[in-house]
Amino acid sequence: MKKTVITVVGKDRVGIIARVCTYLADNSINILDISQTIIQDFFNMMMIVDTSKSPKKFDEIAEELDRLGAEIGVLIKAQHEDIFNRMHRI
Amino acid sequence: MINIHEVIETNKMIEQENLDVRTITLGISLLDLAGPDLSEVNNRIYNKITQVAKDLVATGDKIQREFGIPIVNKRISVTPISLIGAPCCKTIEDYVTIAKTLDRAAHEVGVNFIGGYSALVTKAMTTSDELLIRSIPQALQSTERVCSSVNVGSTKTGIDMNAVKLIGEIIIETAEHTKERDSIGCAKLVVFCNAPDDNPFMAGAFHGITEGDAVINVGVSGPGVVKRALETVRGENFETLCETIKKTAFKITRVGQLVAMEASKLLGIPFGIVDLSLAPTPAVGDSVAEILEEIGLEYAGAPGTTAALALLNDQVKKGGVMASSYVGGLSGAFIPVSEDQGMIDAVEAGALTLEKLEAMTCVCSVGLDMIAIPGDTKATTISGIIADEMAIGMINQKTTAVRLIPVIGKSVGDYVEFGGLLGHAPVMKVNEFSCDNFINRGGRIPAPIHSFRN
Repeated sequence: MKKTVITVVGKDRVGIIARVCTYLADNSINILDISQTIIQDFFNMMMIVDTSKSPKKFDEIAEELDRLGAEIGVLIKAQHEDIFNRMHRI
Repeated sequence: MINIHEVIETNKMIEQENLDVRTITLGISLLDLAGPDLSEVNNRIYNKITQVAKDLVATGDKIQREFGIPIVNKRISVTPISLIGAPCCKTIEDYVTIAKTLDRAAHEVGVNFIGGYSALVTKAMTTSDELLIRSIPQALQSTERVCSSVNVGSTKTGIDMNAVKLIGEIIIETAEHTKERDSIGCAKLVVFCNAPDDNPFMAGAFHGITEGDAVINVGVSGPGVVKRALETVRGENFETLCETIKKTAFKITRVGQLVAMEASKLLGIPFGIVDLSLAPTPAVGDSVAEILEEIGLEYAGAPGTTAALALLNDQVKKGGVMASSYVGGLSGAFIPVSEDQGMIDAVEAGALTLEKLEAMTCVCSVGLDMIAIPGDTKATTISGIIADEMAIGMINQKTTAVRLIPVIGKSVGDYVEFGGLLGHAPVMKVNEFSCDNFINRGGRIPAPIHSFRN
């Protein structure tokens, strides 16, 4: 199972998590871990998700999340978790 | 499992501190293509490169999307062409046809540079080597993406001073051939001592004869990340300073290793090495000179610069070596002048001279790099500068290189604009005292005593 890290950064407002989670649920993407913090007044959320049951390919998901981010005024990125594991774990 | 702060740290490096993978370079052996018929050799070269590298750019882009890390350049290096052209190239023009073939292949697969228009003449030049070297001005004038290099010395063999003399003239000629574009041809020509076979960085990349059929080498970057990390330890002692550089270099290199493994897997081509070099770009915040300033110097070039650079280079290696299964190439801090805004500022402030840069090259990779000098500099003076730099490499058993650009029609104080990654630079002063009699002696400098270890 290749896990994907989704990060959401932007100005805090009502419903960001709801919108992102709705998208993930609609596309059969399972959330494994979720955490959130505020850094310098900016909303930061990280989700670790499993996309293996989703009918959509990684590129498609990344693109749609990017568009969803633009809609709600935040930056949404999807990245394979390997880049973080490699950098921070030996 | 990974936590949010680690994720934020990584993405901050990418988004705000210019962390990127500078290049995925695909090395391709052309050794099996040599033959007596020039047009057939040209066809074979074109076909092999476009076949082996057909998915390189798309693969790089795919990795970039999936990991969210910019992969700035996709490039190709090939076997030194003087070896491939030997049976079929009888004139300068013959060699230039191969340069044009390489350029065409580079365009076809979409890479921005192809390296390996090269000759290895550490002891002496063969007829073919000399012909290739003499064809460089025309080759670089008539192509866009071809990069050339000549290895003129090594710790094991000494320095081929005949080649050093010739290459001084060739650099001037290359400058003349591209004078309407600030002599940009010289930005694609590197002279080496102890050139590595697996260097992924241009303009000096070639696919050495010790390599296999094809190989993936990756060059990482990240001066901005090191600079930002050091901002958090201002005023702390050297132990803290060095530990911070080491840890940061580890993180940067891990990304390079990941990208290299992934590219190797997707392309079905073996992974060669990760090159640990800190490679600056002209972008603000992506500068090695700024790291030196952060270490405590007013400008790069101030007293203390050589020591600061030595520790930086060493810590980058210490951190990087553990992060990758195979390290190679040039692996050190690059100090190109025109490609590093902090270096340019230092030259303009009068803090950094050619002589200080020479001292700096003793403790880091790679050499006198991307330095604009007056267009009326004598060929023998350029050869003298090259000889000095080659001697540093030969005696210290390290790679050194020279990439000087005598800008035709410009003199000290003038400004040169190369554009893109090659940047811009003020023309620097060169010591004008003569070394004619030294360069004109002919022959070679013998191998140094520490090459006799058997």
